[in-house]
Amino acid sequence: MEMQQFHYDNKIVTKFIYATIVFGVVGMLVGLILAFMFLFPNMTDGISWLSFGRLRPLHTNAVIFAFVGNAMFAGIYYSLQRLLKTRMASDLLSNINFWGWQLIIVAAAISLPLGYSTSKEYAELEWPIDIAIALIWVVFGVNMIWTILKRRQRHLYVAIWFYIATFVTVAVLHIFNSLELPVSALKSYSVYAGVQDALVQWWYGHNAVAFFLTTPFLGLMYYFVPKAANRPVYSYRLSIVHFWSLIFIYIWAGPHHLLYTALPEWAQNLGVAFSIMLLMPSWGGMINGLLTLRGAWDKVRTDPVLKFLVVAITGYGMATFEGPTLSLKNVNAIAHFTDWIIAHVHVGALAWNGFMAFGIIYYLVPRLFKTKLFSLGLANLHFWLGTLGIIMYALPMYVAGFTQASMWKQFNPDGTLVYGNFLETVSEIIPMYWMRAIGGTLYLTGMLILVYNIIATIRSGSAVTDELAEAPALERVSKHRLAGEAWHSWLERKPVKLTIFATIAILIGGIVQIVPTILVKSNIPTIASVKPYTPLELEGRDLYIREGCVGCHSQMIRPFRSEVERYGEYSKAGEYVYDHPFLWGSKRTGPDLHRIGGKYSDNWHFNHMYDPRSTSSGSIMPNYKWLVTSELDKSQTEAKMKTMVSLGVPYSEEEIANAQQQMLDQGTQIENNLYNDPDFVTSYEADKNNAAQNGRPFVEMKNREIVAMIAYLQRLGTDIKVKDIQE
Amino acid sequence: MLKFVKNYMETISGIEIYPIISLLIFFTFFVILFWWVFTAKKEYINKVSQLPLDNNNQNDILL
Repeated sequence: MEMQQFHYDNKIVTKFIYATIVFGVVGMLVGLILAFMFLFPNMTDGISWLSFGRLRPLHTNAVIFAFVGNAMFAGIYYSLQRLLKTRMASDLLSNINFWGWQLIIVAAAISLPLGYSTSKEYAELEWPIDIAIALIWVVFGVNMIWTILKRRQRHLYVAIWFYIATFVTVAVLHIFNSLELPVSALKSYSVYAGVQDALVQWWYGHNAVAFFLTTPFLGLMYYFVPKAANRPVYSYRLSIVHFWSLIFIYIWAGPHHLLYTALPEWAQNLGVAFSIMLLMPSWGGMINGLLTLRGAWDKVRTDPVLKFLVVAITGYGMATFEGPTLSLKNVNAIAHFTDWIIAHVHVGALAWNGFMAFGIIYYLVPRLFKTKLFSLGLANLHFWLGTLGIIMYALPMYVAGFTQASMWKQFNPDGTLVYGNFLETVSEIIPMYWMRAIGGTLYLTGMLILVYNIIATIRSGSAVTDELAEAPALERVSKHRLAGEAWHSWLERKPVKLTIFATIAILIGGIVQIVPTILVKSNIPTIASVKPYTPLELEGRDLYIREGCVGCHSQMIRPFRSEVERYGEYSKAGEYVYDHPFLWGSKRTGPDLHRIGGKYSDNWHFNHMYDPRSTSSGSIMPNYKWLVTSELDKSQTEAKMKTMVSLGVPYSEEEIANAQQQMLDQGTQIENNLYNDPDFVTSYEADKNNAAQNGRPFVEMKNREIVAMIAYLQRLGTDIKVKDIQE
Repeated sequence: MLKFVKNYMETISGIEIYPIISLLIFFTFFVILFWWVFTAKKEYINKVSQLPLDNNNQNDILL
C-alpha cells in the first residue's frame, strides 16, 4: 500500500487552547465577583452594567460557551484529525469557526452587561447573535463531516460518534429554542408563551447540558483517557451501548426542571421516568472511563494529566448520580430553587468540564510545542487547589440548600410558618456563601497557576504548527454491507447514515414531548380573567427582563402548603398565556414574586428598588438606583405590542393607538400614589427645584423606569384571586 | 402513567396507542443495540479500540 504524507493542523488547536485559557479566567472571575456580591450586595453600586442580574448570564455564558466551548473545539480539532488520519478538510472553515466563535463571545460580553437579554437561561443572547451562533455552528459541522468524508481510517472511532451527535443535537436545540420575533435590532420576544416556552426552554436547557457539556466531553474522554493511560478503552462494546442509549434517553429528561410547576403532569412524569433511566448509560460511561486505567493506576500518582482526568470522570459520576436523584419528585420538592442546584451544576462544571479541560490542556500543550511541561509541581499544586476548591464550593452549597429548604417548609403548631420572613432563611446561610466564595477563590487561583505554567511551557518549546504524518489512502469498498460484515460496523464506515440515525434517535424524544403540548389547546386551560399586560406593565416586564431579575426571583408558586402559605395561591398554567417569554426562574435567592402584586404599596417598591435595605433589613439584593433616575424609553411600545399581536396576544388596534396616553395615565396614577410618602415628596420636590434653578432638564416621575417596574410588579399574579377560585 | 396521558391528551384521537408505540420503539431499539454488541467480532472490537493509540505522530514518542 502506498503511504500518503500529510500534515495535521496544530495551529487551530493551539488557538482554541489560548481562547479556552483566556475565557476560562474571565468566566471564573465573573463567577467569583458574583459569589462576593452575595456578601457585599453593593459592591458595584450604581453601575448598572455590573449589577448581579446582568453579570449572572455573562458568567454562565462565558463558562459554558467560551471556556468549555473553546476547550471542546480544541479537543475535537486535535483528536478528529488523528482518529481520521487526515488534516481538517478546510483551514478556512476551521478559522471561520474559531474567529466567528470568539466574535460571538465578545458580542455576548458586551450585550449581556448592557441588558440585551432574552432572559431564557443559557440562551440569553439576542436574535442577531443567535443567528451568528447557528451559522458558525454549521461551519463547524460542515468542516467536521467533510473531514470525515476524506478520511484515511475507515472506521469511525466512538469519540467521533459523540462529536457528530453533539453537532446535530445542539443545532436542533438552538434553532427551536431561539425561535423569536424581533421587535428591533436587539429586542425580540419568544414565539412561545408561558408553559410552552418553559417546556421548550428546559428541553433546550437540559439538553444543552447533555449535548454541549456532556457528549463532546465524553468523546474527548474516549480519546484522551486511552492516550494518557496508553491503553485502549476498557470495553469498546460498552462504549457503543453507552453512546446510543445516552443520546436516545437524554433528550426526554428536560421536564424534570419543571416538577410541581404548572406544566401538565404527564410531561413531568415522563421527564422523571427518563431521568431515572439515564443513570444507566451515564454510569456505564463513567465506569468505562475509570476502568480504562486498569493496571495503570500507579501512573495516576505521578501524571497530573491522569489526575485531572480521573477526578473529572469521578465528578461526572457524582453529578450524573445526583441528576436522577434530583429528578425524583420528593427530592426535587426540597432541592428546587435552592443552592443545592447551584452545587449540582458546579460539580458538573468545575469537576467534569473544568478538570477535563485542564487535563487536555496539560496533555496537549507540551505536544504542540515539542517540549516538556514546565513544572509538574505547579500542575500538581493546581490539581490540589482545584480539588479543594470544588469541595469548598460544593459542600457549603449543599448545606445551604438543605438548610434553606427546611426553613421554608417549617410550620408552627398553629399552622403559621416558623420563618415567615424570607430574609431569615437568607441570613442563616450567609456563612455558607462565604465558604463558597473561598472555594471559588481556590479554584481560580489554580487556574492562574495553569496560565503561568502553560506560558512557561510554551516559551521553552517551539511550536509544531503543521505536524507531519503518513497513512495509506482508503481503498474503495462497496457501499453495501460486505459478506460477513455486521450491521453496525457497516454503519460505522457510513458517516452520513450514522448522522441520520443519531438525529432520529434524538428527535423521537423531542417530538413526543413538545409537539402535543404545543398543538393540543386543552393542555393549557385558559382562564377568562387573565388579560394581557397594559403598555406600561409590558415595558416594566421588559425592564424586569433587562435587569435579569429572573436570576434570583421565581414566578412559580408550587402547590405546597408551605408555598401557598408564604406566597399565596399556587400558580396555574392559564395565568401565563401572554408571557413571551416565560419568567418562572430556577433559583430563589430572593422570594417568589408571582403574587407580589398588591402585597406592598407603590412607595414600598420605590424605596426597595432605591435601597433594598431601607425596607428589608439585611437584604442581599443590590440597589437599582438607575431605575429610579432613568427615563423610560417609550419609543418602541407600539412596535412591541404589534409584535405581541403577531404572537397571538389580543391587543386591539385602539389599544395600540392609545398606548402612549395609557402609559401616561397609569404612570400619573403611580406618581400620585408615591406622593403618599412625605419623604418621597421632600426629596422629589427638592430634585425638581434644583433642576429648575440650574436649568437642567427634569424627567417627571411618571416617565421614569421605576414607574413601569412598579406597574408590572403590582400587576403580577392579580389576574386571579383566591376568592375567585373558591367561588 | 396512562391515566395522566389520557387525562391531558384525550383530544387526540387514538391517543391510547401512544404508550404502546413508545414501548415498542424502546424495546426494539435496545434489542437491536444489544444484539449488535453481543454479536460483534472480537478481532474487530480490538482493532477499533486501538484506534486512538495507533499513532504515527512523532511527537507522541517524546513524552
